[in-house]
Amino acid sequence: MTDPTTYLSHLELGEPDKTFLDTNELIINMGPQHPATHGVLRVILKLDGEKVLGTECVIGYLHRGVEKIAENRTYTMFNPYVDRMDYVAAVSNGLGYCEAVEKLLNVEAPPRAKYIRVILTELNRLASHQLWLGTHALDIGAMTPLFYTFRDREEILKIFEKYCGARLTTHAFRIGGCQYETYEGFEQDVKKFLDFVPPRIDEYEELLTTNRIWVERTRNVGKISAADCKALGVTGPVLRASGVKWDIRKALPYAAYPEFQFEIPTGANGDTYDRYMVRMQEMRQSLRIIRQAVEGIPEGPIMAKVPKVMKPPVGEVYHSIEAPKGELGYFVVSDGSTQPYRVRVRPPSFVNLQALDVMVRGQLVADVIAVIGTLDIVLGEVDR
Amino acid sequence: MPWESPLVAKLKAQYGSGVREANTYLGQNYLVLEPSIAREALQILRDEEEFDYCVDVTAVHYPNREKPFDLIWILYSFARNQRLRVKTMLADGESFPSSVAIWPTANWLEREVFDMFGIKFDGHPDLKRILLPDDWKGHPLRKDYGIIQQDQEWVKANLGIESGQ
Repeated sequence: MTDPTTYLSHLELGEPDKTFLDTNELIINMGPQHPATHGVLRVILKLDGEKVLGTECVIGYLHRGVEKIAENRTYTMFNPYVDRMDYVAAVSNGLGYCEAVEKLLNVEAPPRAKYIRVILTELNRLASHQLWLGTHALDIGAMTPLFYTFRDREEILKIFEKYCGARLTTHAFRIGGCQYETYEGFEQDVKKFLDFVPPRIDEYEELLTTNRIWVERTRNVGKISAADCKALGVTGPVLRASGVKWDIRKALPYAAYPEFQFEIPTGANGDTYDRYMVRMQEMRQSLRIIRQAVEGIPEGPIMAKVPKVMKPPVGEVYHSIEAPKGELGYFVVSDGSTQPYRVRVRPPSFVNLQALDVMVRGQLVADVIAVIGTLDIVLGEVDR
Repeated sequence: MPWESPLVAKLKAQYGSGVREANTYLGQNYLVLEPSIAREALQILRDEEEFDYCVDVTAVHYPNREKPFDLIWILYSFARNQRLRVKTMLADGESFPSSVAIWPTANWLEREVFDMFGIKFDGHPDLKRILLPDDWKGHPLRKDYGIIQQDQEWVKANLGIESGQ
């Protein structure tokens, strides 16, 4: 049995025993308005000099009650709201929600729609990882990667914009398939992008992978073991960097993923450097998937037969996908009416953030910044 | 559709009618357990059946039922590559033993259930609100909580405005 005190994520605050000047123990606040917390995260740090004795996260500053909103909208009306959770990977959010409702309705998207979905979600994974890399490197002190990654991410956003008119909150998919057929030249655009981006990823790697400062700042920082990851429910690249070869795209495949060849990159040490390497390799694997999808994209309809007024039969379903940050799940309960009775979102960022305390205890304050970056949280999704 | 497997047989042999349902819906397995045995059964699922990853803890409110709350665990086993939902029903005001000692990840998940539904977890190391402010009144995901309802007093005292709407 696990000792529950191993993973305490709260602090016994109370009054300090000594006056401020006598003691080395110090409680300080980081955030909520702090550029390195990637949004509005507040972390209470208990420090002994530069050493972190414990942390407590205070979240909820961005809470909008998404789950409550869902109960008061129809299935179709709620679809665009999910894009506002993980707003840097809106396409993934939409995919998870649409597939969950499709499961409840017992319909399946046609093959062409599935391929379009895979292409866009993988592009989005790449965009999400690029944004992560830029901001994470900036937090640690490397400014150049930010400009490089944003420059290249722009190309992905251009494809999204041409496809559905929006760059970030795309609302790209509908329940039952896709709303839009691909635009003329979509495949060429994607292929051009596939040729354009690998040298750029090499460029990021050239800047960082063997950079002495980068390696010193990330290696053995924020270590987490595979056992701790499982206990804390941590998923996504963080789990894989700790050596667990688990990816929902392989374990419980969805969309068109069973048809593609790709590897699951893993790390060995579970430190910040490994997580960096895992995400870098994931970008290349995403490119591999996109290439197979765009070359093999079948002809045919893009919408399954779904009623205009959706009334799924009474029942409940849980469906999850591998979002760029980890397992993104939707638990949808239907009472047979046009509105969902309950929609529960299982956000990867929220659960992964819980591991922050385990990862930074005993490390330096400066490493807290590195660890928040490496967890790749989006506060829109943590707070919903 | 009834779900039959060695796991269900084992639990049924041990708890008899404590296992109220074992079904498959849309290819997904779920168990409905009596609250009195649920905590123990969860421990067995983790220790003996390798459900080592607690994906989610959540709840659903059915105000017209005698026991208005469904408390749900979504579990996954890496070794079996299987997902399982465990469900139990609670009366209003009834608390449930915390599962933080089984899966530490339940810590924040249970806090969220407490925040949104007001279900208390006995033995939780730090049961307080997580998304809403600590002194907020009401539990928004209960069905009797309106979509534009809010804690007026809190809004006035803390934000200095008449209404957040």
